[in-house]
Amino acid sequence: MARMKFLCDAERCIECNGCVTACKQENEVPWGVNRRRVVTLNDGVPGEKSISVACMHCSDAPCMAVCPVDCFYRTEEGVVLHDKDMCIGCGYCFYACPFGAPQFPQAGAFGMRGKMDKCTFCAGGPEADNSKEEFAKYGSNRLAQGKLPACAEMCSTKALLGGDGNVIADIFRDRALKRGKGAEVWGWSTAYGKPGNPQQQAPKGAKS
Amino acid sequence: MSSARKLVIAGVAAIAAVVMTGCGEKAQVIVYEQGKYQGKPDTKPWENEPGASLYTTSKWSKADKSSWESALRSRNQNQNEYVRVGE
Repeated sequence: MARMKFLCDAERCIECNGCVTACKQENEVPWGVNRRRVVTLNDGVPGEKSISVACMHCSDAPCMAVCPVDCFYRTEEGVVLHDKDMCIGCGYCFYACPFGAPQFPQAGAFGMRGKMDKCTFCAGGPEADNSKEEFAKYGSNRLAQGKLPACAEMCSTKALLGGDGNVIADIFRDRALKRGKGAEVWGWSTAYGKPGNPQQQAPKGAKS
Repeated sequence: MSSARKLVIAGVAAIAAVVMTGCGEKAQVIVYEQGKYQGKPDTKPWENEPGASLYTTSKWSKADKSSWESALRSRNQNQNEYVRVGE
């Protein structure tokens, strides 16, 4: 059984925010709501690391546990979704989520919180698949179109992997084995060489 | 009582019944059941026609979950550059 997950490779993420833009564009996410964002640790310091964060579609989701109206559900493929018609915008899920995934539109007067919005793994919500209602409330339903989340498919360096947990874990494991670890991750041979020839040297005069 | 009058009374009674039904009140508050999702049911992604979307190369048989999963698994390999561009 497929269990949909995201995996971000911190060695590859270049903080381009392509995933954020792809998500915004694909789902027409309103101003002020960020379903996905890129977090950088030690920004500006050599060796800084960036990681793209959104709803991680937890197997034991805290948001589901704390929701007073039980508007969350988990699909068969392991995606955590919610019914906006039931959401009362209390914000409990925001406090419970360790990733800051739940977002609240602040469109009303007096900073009034709207109904919660979050990453849907591009799986829409409880409306007819690919209907106008579904798109307006939850955004695009790419899974029903046989596609994977736009953020992962758009990632230029393929740092962000999204799909069946077992498949993306295999891709990542294969990649980590081929590129090595620590200092081996960087350098000419990794960037331009081929994994089969790790000893490949930079041409004379080239800047490393 | 004439039949016309009976007809009028029957008609008024029928209209009154319809109007009274319209004035009825039904519960508008959901009775929450702790720990149970009571929102709208969602459809499964594999229950859609595979050709319903433009610009997708994924092919599966409608309502066949395993074929949908294998379509997604093969699409997943587009994120594996060792497969995409070769080694």
